[in-house]
Amino acid sequence: MKPKLVVVGNGMASIRVVELLLEQAPELYDISVFDGEIHGSYNRILLSPVLAGEKAVADIIDYPPAWYAERGVTLYRGDPVVAINRFRRLVKSQSGVELKYDRLLIATGSLPLMLPVPGVSLKGVIGFRNLEDVETMLEATRQLRYAVVIGGGLLGIEAANGLSRRGMKVTLVHRSDALLNQQIDPAAAALLRATLRERKLELRLNAQTRAIIGRDRVTGVSFDEGPDVSADLVVMAVGIKPNIDLAKKAGIRCDRAIVVDDTLQTYDPRIYAVGECVQHRGNTYGLVAPLWEQARVCATHLAQFGHSRYPGSVTSAKLKVSGIDLFSTGDFIGGAGTEDLVYRDPRRGVYKRLVLKDQQLVGAVLYGDVSDGAWYFDLIKSKTNITSLREHLVFGKSFCEAA
Amino acid sequence: MSAVRTTCPYCGVGCGVLATPNADGSAATIKGDPDHPANFGRLCVKGSALGETLGSSGRLLYPQIGTERVDWNTALDHVATGFNKIIAEHGPDAVAFYVSGQLLTEDYYVANKLMKGWIGSANIDTNSRLCMSSAVAGHKRAFGEDAVPICYEDLELADLIVLIGANIAWCHPILFQRIVRAKELRPAMRIVVVDPRRTDTCEAADLHLPIKAGSDVMLLNGLLAWLAQNRALDDAFIAEHTNGWNETLAVAQASGSTADIAAACGIDEAKLIEFYQLFAANEKVITGFSMGVNQSSSGTDKVNAIINCHLATGRIGRAGMGPFSITGQPNAMGGREVGGLANMLAAHMNLEQPEHRETVQTFWNSPKIASRGGLKAVELFDAIERGEVKAVWIMATNPVVSMPDADQAKRALEKCELVVVSDCIKATDTTAYADVLLPATGWAEKDGTVTNSERRVTRQHAFLPPSGEARHDWWIICEVAQRMGFQDGFDFDSAAAVFDEHARLSAFRNEVGSGRLFNLERLIGMTPAEFDALPPTQWPALNGVPLSGEGSGERLFEDHQFSTTDGRARFVATPARAPAGTLDAEFPLVLNTGRVRDHWHTMTRTGRSAKLAQHRAEPFMEIHADDAAQFGLTHGELGRLTTRWGSCVARVDTQGGSPRGSVFVPIHWNAQFASHGRIGALVNPVVDPISGEPEFKHTPVNVAPFVARWYGFAFSRQPLSAAGAGWWTRITGAQFTRYELAGTETVDDWPKFAADFLGVDALSEQNPANDWIDYADEKAGLYRAARVIDGRLEACLFVAPQASLPARAWLAGLFDKDVLDPADRKSLLAGRPAVAGVDAGPQVCSCFGVGRNTITDAIRKLGLTNAKEVTSAVKAGGNCGSCVPEIRRLLQEIAASPPIPEPVIDSADPRISASEASLSSVSTSPQPKEYS
Repeated sequence: MKPKLVVVGNGMASIRVVELLLEQAPELYDISVFDGEIHGSYNRILLSPVLAGEKAVADIIDYPPAWYAERGVTLYRGDPVVAINRFRRLVKSQSGVELKYDRLLIATGSLPLMLPVPGVSLKGVIGFRNLEDVETMLEATRQLRYAVVIGGGLLGIEAANGLSRRGMKVTLVHRSDALLNQQIDPAAAALLRATLRERKLELRLNAQTRAIIGRDRVTGVSFDEGPDVSADLVVMAVGIKPNIDLAKKAGIRCDRAIVVDDTLQTYDPRIYAVGECVQHRGNTYGLVAPLWEQARVCATHLAQFGHSRYPGSVTSAKLKVSGIDLFSTGDFIGGAGTEDLVYRDPRRGVYKRLVLKDQQLVGAVLYGDVSDGAWYFDLIKSKTNITSLREHLVFGKSFCEAA
Repeated sequence: MSAVRTTCPYCGVGCGVLATPNADGSAATIKGDPDHPANFGRLCVKGSALGETLGSSGRLLYPQIGTERVDWNTALDHVATGFNKIIAEHGPDAVAFYVSGQLLTEDYYVANKLMKGWIGSANIDTNSRLCMSSAVAGHKRAFGEDAVPICYEDLELADLIVLIGANIAWCHPILFQRIVRAKELRPAMRIVVVDPRRTDTCEAADLHLPIKAGSDVMLLNGLLAWLAQNRALDDAFIAEHTNGWNETLAVAQASGSTADIAAACGIDEAKLIEFYQLFAANEKVITGFSMGVNQSSSGTDKVNAIINCHLATGRIGRAGMGPFSITGQPNAMGGREVGGLANMLAAHMNLEQPEHRETVQTFWNSPKIASRGGLKAVELFDAIERGEVKAVWIMATNPVVSMPDADQAKRALEKCELVVVSDCIKATDTTAYADVLLPATGWAEKDGTVTNSERRVTRQHAFLPPSGEARHDWWIICEVAQRMGFQDGFDFDSAAAVFDEHARLSAFRNEVGSGRLFNLERLIGMTPAEFDALPPTQWPALNGVPLSGEGSGERLFEDHQFSTTDGRARFVATPARAPAGTLDAEFPLVLNTGRVRDHWHTMTRTGRSAKLAQHRAEPFMEIHADDAAQFGLTHGELGRLTTRWGSCVARVDTQGGSPRGSVFVPIHWNAQFASHGRIGALVNPVVDPISGEPEFKHTPVNVAPFVARWYGFAFSRQPLSAAGAGWWTRITGAQFTRYELAGTETVDDWPKFAADFLGVDALSEQNPANDWIDYADEKAGLYRAARVIDGRLEACLFVAPQASLPARAWLAGLFDKDVLDPADRKSLLAGRPAVAGVDAGPQVCSCFGVGRNTITDAIRKLGLTNAKEVTSAVKAGGNCGSCVPEIRRLLQEIAASPPIPEPVIDSADPRISASEASLSSVSTSPQPKEYS
């Protein structure tokens, strides 16, 4: 009998591990996947384009249920794992399924943070995490008029844009005036503000949310200062937290998330973890690229070919709002010892700032023209000495190669 | 409108031009006149670009007193009263005219007449003093008259052409081309170039003698002695037609052996002897000379040293031989003919000769006649500064630029009580000092005659109406003369009438053989129609002689009769003298000045042409690479030149032909075109004792790097004030003005500096006029900005801490576009287009920056069938996966279409996208089915 691999969670990270593992060692494991949702595995990043009406749900489901069947993988849909018994090497699902495992892969992802304010549990207050949330929002756009999105990060802006494109009157609330302050600098934020305003989004900046108002269902949002805003729908996009309750209960070592080593193994050698629920060398990630890197290493080890190690990721961020091109990576704020290259073309809505340190590129913010983001990302990762590229660096790869 | 026949206004070759003005008169189509015997239809680059120099922009359009516009009456009265008052109080020698070889003969004639016959002074001198007065003096000493013996055709008939101090490839291109063509047809013809610099003229030379600056007389004395020693003389000619041979030979022989001479000239003895042998062996030899000979403190001796060699071999007055003074201005010769210099009288008559004075005064019926020489150019400006000359009228020239010690000219004009300037250009370095400005007609508007280097008088015809209130110079002078109270001599009604009087004077008491070769008797009494139709005519223009061929006057001295009292030519002993300035530790190099190919004089005309700005855009200092290294100069960076008289800053060029120990700087740039480019301010004002011509080719100079805080350039459709930069040059472009800049002050706020410099009021994003792009690398001191208006590039500024900046040509091309396309806009501040290569096409995968063409190429070439394969081949789709649907679509499209052969892409042109290229290759060539 083949050893059993049980996969907890059917998101982007875990299914990538399964896929790579099947390529490398198709006959090695008897694989079962537990999924709290029912669609198969979809590309979560593309929820925003679906919300905005640019892609259909079918477009983003990369691994429909049939995919599992074709490969002999057992998929438990709508049936999340509720307990892990490490002594008996057993998982138990919500519906009562109990499965033994020889290897366990935990990929429970993350959960949206909800602000601890009064009214947060009213009907019509949601996060933005999964297809169900998108469906709730799409339902709202068909019947309701006013939406408030709290949080001016990537997800918040994408949600606000999508709802607005679907015809709702949207107010985007942010606690400072620097939208995307995790991703861009103030100059790019100013361009972004202008663009969002052009798109008829109401911006409520420097606003601390005091309460969600409503009896049963949300009717508005109030703030520490200034007038209340009417709301039929409130989307909370103020951040995410690793979803580690299950792991914690099972006694797997966690800090902010499940602690893994460079092979994505947890402190329990039979248990691996990947994705937003892991903490590696002190870092947690909420972007897709590190997941791919983790999945590659993890699959190799599960396939028993493993010698590669995951050293951590340099991340880059993009905003999935069509017509707004925005990219940032590395230390784009800079500090002592850094030097800036700044290109501004406000009429064309282009802003680029590259941060250099010790003759290397260490960070980049691109707004309006992001075509060279990947190249800059590579230059940062490879720690290339850019002295000879410096004069044309800001103009991009096509100005620097063979020059 | 049909073409108008006229003459080029640049060098002394005097090419015929056919000008066809466009409808609004702002430009003209310019062609060479195929029937003109100077150029037979050819024109050089300057002449060809004449059409670009027209138009009223920059022209002086109305009279001014101070800065105030006045009418002509007021201006003319003001000048007449001013001159009269000063003459009344201080005598006639307290006033002066400083005129120009660019005046037409008719203008020149009345100016000379007014000064010498009515005011009664000889204080009329001309910029020709700076140019060919040594040739005049040499001719007069040798021949008794200022006469160029040869005609251009002789250049084609000669077996040896020696060019001394004449870069005719640049300065007289049409003559150069005639010589080059003659040599092509007759390769046995030999060309020797004597010039310290390796100029472009050397490209045509069989032998180049890079002699030490100022050692010409030594070389030529050596030649004379060598010819004597080697029995290469024409003893009969010497005996029958010359005087002064023995003294002259003795002086020449004192120069020493050929080894001594070679050492003194700094050349190889074998080359020296090769030259001497060539000279001896070729009967038909022409020695052409220009500024390298004339502009010297021993310029007149140099001219005579040349003529001595021709007289000693009898090589004069016959086809294909003779000394040949190549003049630099369109009408220097005409000025000489009318006597428009301070040491001449009129019509080749001499001030010193009482019977000549009597002849002229009688002919003019004038109240006075100047009886002694007036002040020559350098003396004149000295006298003005000393306050002895209190009124000066400057016509058609720019002495603040062109004089030696040119800052002295500034000081002089500043002190002068009354400075009148007639010009066609409003802003020149000299008009800045004018008390009265009189707008003169320009080249395209003038009507009269000019004489070229082969004594050929050619009509200049107007083909455009005068700009603004401009008037002809002869009219302005006559009006002032009449208002000064001199009615009778100045009531001309046309240029033709002036010319007729000039022709009559040339023939007055001038029986053929009586000594004055200059005679226009055949041209007397022409009707206006005849004057209009006057074909190019050489003088002497005598009645009853053939119009061409032998005896027609094509070449002079065919009868070996010279214009001296005894009819014999004179040898002039010319002991070699070193240049006046001696080199020392403080000023260790020789400053040499001259023209560049595509500019002329002080650029008032050529500076308006974008075409002519291309060749040499900036003032430069050409220096030998070893000298540059020794003095810490770097090619392409800036250097400062300093002499006892002044200093300037120019771009270092180590790739020209300057020898060790010498620096060449062009004469053209001035305060209108560069902040520190006026080389005249550095030139030693020492003059030749006989001709009064300054030594422009030899001033001791020091050089050092000019270190700026920053370097830059700007382009702008509107003219800018470049004063914000410490050093600047202004360059005319077709759609823009370009400024090369170097800053002497640190700039803290570049965006503000750039906005101020480019004339933007405020960088407010709200203002639709302010479409502003910039790029800053603050730490590296790099800043670039561009201003766009309605999608069209308006201006841009590039600065850097070093002189290395992007090439200007590509940026210049962007100004030809009415709208910048997105790729241009993106590339603009890079200063160049993206590196040539295949266009990746619109971006599909933004995570990895993969374009559609890259993906489709990979699909076709590698036969990819699914998105995953595409990802592994070109990375697209491998990160967020957003583009996977589009990749799938591309896969389907390609699967559904037949294979397309590999496109033939002109990779040099990145603007041709791969898809366009493949479309065109499909449509133009059927492809084999099995391909791919």
